[in-house]
Amino acid sequence: MAGRTPRPASSAAAPAPDPAANGSPGRTGAASGLGRTGGTDSLAADRARARRSRRYRRDLRWSPYAFIAPFFLFFAAFGLFPLLYTGWAALHRVELTAPTDMEWAGLRNFTRLLGDDFFWNALGNTFVIGVISTVPQLLMALGMAHLLNYRLRGSTFFRVALLTPYATSVAAATLVFVLIFGRDYGLVNWLLSTIGVDGVDWENGSWSAKLAVSTIVIWRWTGYNALIYLAAMQAIPHDLYESAALDGASRWQQFRYVTVPSLRPTILFTCVVSTIGAMQLFGEPLLFSGSAGATGGADHQYQTLGLYLYEQGWVNLHLGRASAIAWTMFLILLVVAAVNALIARRLRRGD
Amino acid sequence: MTARRAGRQLHGGKVTYAVLILFTAGSLFPLLWTAVAASRNNTRLAQTPPPFWFGGNLLKNLGTAWTDANMGTALLNTTVVATTVAAGTVVFSTVAGFAFAKLRFRAKRLLLLLVIGTMMVPPQLGVVPLFMTIAELEWTDHLQAVILPTLVSAFGVFFMRQYLLRALPTELIEAARTDGANSWRVVWHVVFPAARPAMAVLGLLTFVQAWNDFFWPIIALTQNGSPTVQVALTGLGRGFIPDQSVIMAGALLGTLPLLIAFVLFGKQIVGGIMQGAVKG
Repeated sequence: MAGRTPRPASSAAAPAPDPAANGSPGRTGAASGLGRTGGTDSLAADRARARRSRRYRRDLRWSPYAFIAPFFLFFAAFGLFPLLYTGWAALHRVELTAPTDMEWAGLRNFTRLLGDDFFWNALGNTFVIGVISTVPQLLMALGMAHLLNYRLRGSTFFRVALLTPYATSVAAATLVFVLIFGRDYGLVNWLLSTIGVDGVDWENGSWSAKLAVSTIVIWRWTGYNALIYLAAMQAIPHDLYESAALDGASRWQQFRYVTVPSLRPTILFTCVVSTIGAMQLFGEPLLFSGSAGATGGADHQYQTLGLYLYEQGWVNLHLGRASAIAWTMFLILLVVAAVNALIARRLRRGD
Repeated sequence: MTARRAGRQLHGGKVTYAVLILFTAGSLFPLLWTAVAASRNNTRLAQTPPPFWFGGNLLKNLGTAWTDANMGTALLNTTVVATTVAAGTVVFSTVAGFAFAKLRFRAKRLLLLLVIGTMMVPPQLGVVPLFMTIAELEWTDHLQAVILPTLVSAFGVFFMRQYLLRALPTELIEAARTDGANSWRVVWHVVFPAARPAMAVLGLLTFVQAWNDFFWPIIALTQNGSPTVQVALTGLGRGFIPDQSVIMAGALLGTLPLLIAFVLFGKQIVGGIMQGAVKG
């Protein structure tokens, strides 16, 4: 009974005395409990101390793993396992209607993809939309961050306001932009008409649709990236600017030769994040068409890989093929990551 | 002091303000215009020039969107999902971040690298087996199907680690241990109080993300089951003649809670994003 007495910490409310001070009159719960049962005081205390220190060591040793376990368990169950299983499913013929009936297909899903015009179309669209949304977005974010880095009245207001689009969901944002880019009564076309330009059929054009979809992405993410750049800018030591100013560098030159080089790691980071984001682009093209849904426009002109995956899996019910698309996306991302690591190393050596 | 700070940082000029105001307007306009369109009717939206000021149909459209898209249930579902995901992420990230920041254990560096590495893997890539799994468990249309897969986040772990490295003095942990506290007590009585500001920020960021999540919910939930707001919204435009003003009212309903959160906690959210970014 006494052996099961609470751990030293059980005297939680009042701070427990130092375990090292065990022999002293102010005893820990365990030791005093044993003392009362009348055993050989020092022997029992020794045993209790040994037990405690064993427990203490066990705690030190294993609790870190217990603390990180939830992350790894959930990641294994809902991140890693699905990813690997996707690779397995990609080698099979699986239909959504009977997901447990898997029929070995080897690489057929992949070879079919290579000969599939819609796949190449989606890959191209993803690339184009990725570039025309990421490049202006990051450039504007850089400029915004530079301006926000000045001492400003109401700087908090500007930061929060620029971040508001981030709080808007893909669905809500896309639905508004569909209206804004409407062919007949849309705001953009009305604005164009006031300067004498003919209305554009945004949704049905190839480039115009991509441009419109990119606009949604740019609108939602520019402020977010600006804040990331701003954070990095504020970490640049100010002496750099002072010595640049002493050397007679103009503000633009300071930006070009001090700010941008210091931000290189952050810029690289945002490029990677944006690439991953662009690769997954889904909600915007899905909802941009009122009715066409997963095809990404009448001519598939803005169907992205993410949308094509969805169409193959959940419209055409070919889960095996959808898996093959997912794995292709994964491989492309690995290539992107490798290129990124290479650039990062080159940059570091350059410094 | 002021002089030194003024010397350190240049004041923005008129051009700075002008450009910033322009961009702020661009950021806010689509949201404002959502409200304008939601307060008009379909006929008015199908005219040029488009309306630039509020009409009188807001309440009526909100009501229609509310009933047509089952917005009440959807909002409730989304609240449950976002709250649970935020709470789970915060707790799990804090304990894991604490272990990575302050505890010693074998393979720590490797495991931390693994956590960071998982940030590179978009969850979307595992969507097929994930769907097969929840179909097998008969979880389709149940909220746990969207909650469980997002309950932990690598970003969260990393974010809390960075915060606790600085904000939690190691002496404090040692003092607690000397007082006889085991690791769980240390977490409860030392780590959680020290991490509270970062936990709040991470909670807000996660909440926003979970609220807006789209890809997975639209696969796992249907409009007829228990949709989240984002899923419900996609159902609004499905009529023969979609009523744009009602769609906008729905979009407004789905966005409003987060906008209110932004008005209340905007500063903290901004700070959190900037904090999380530095180490990127």
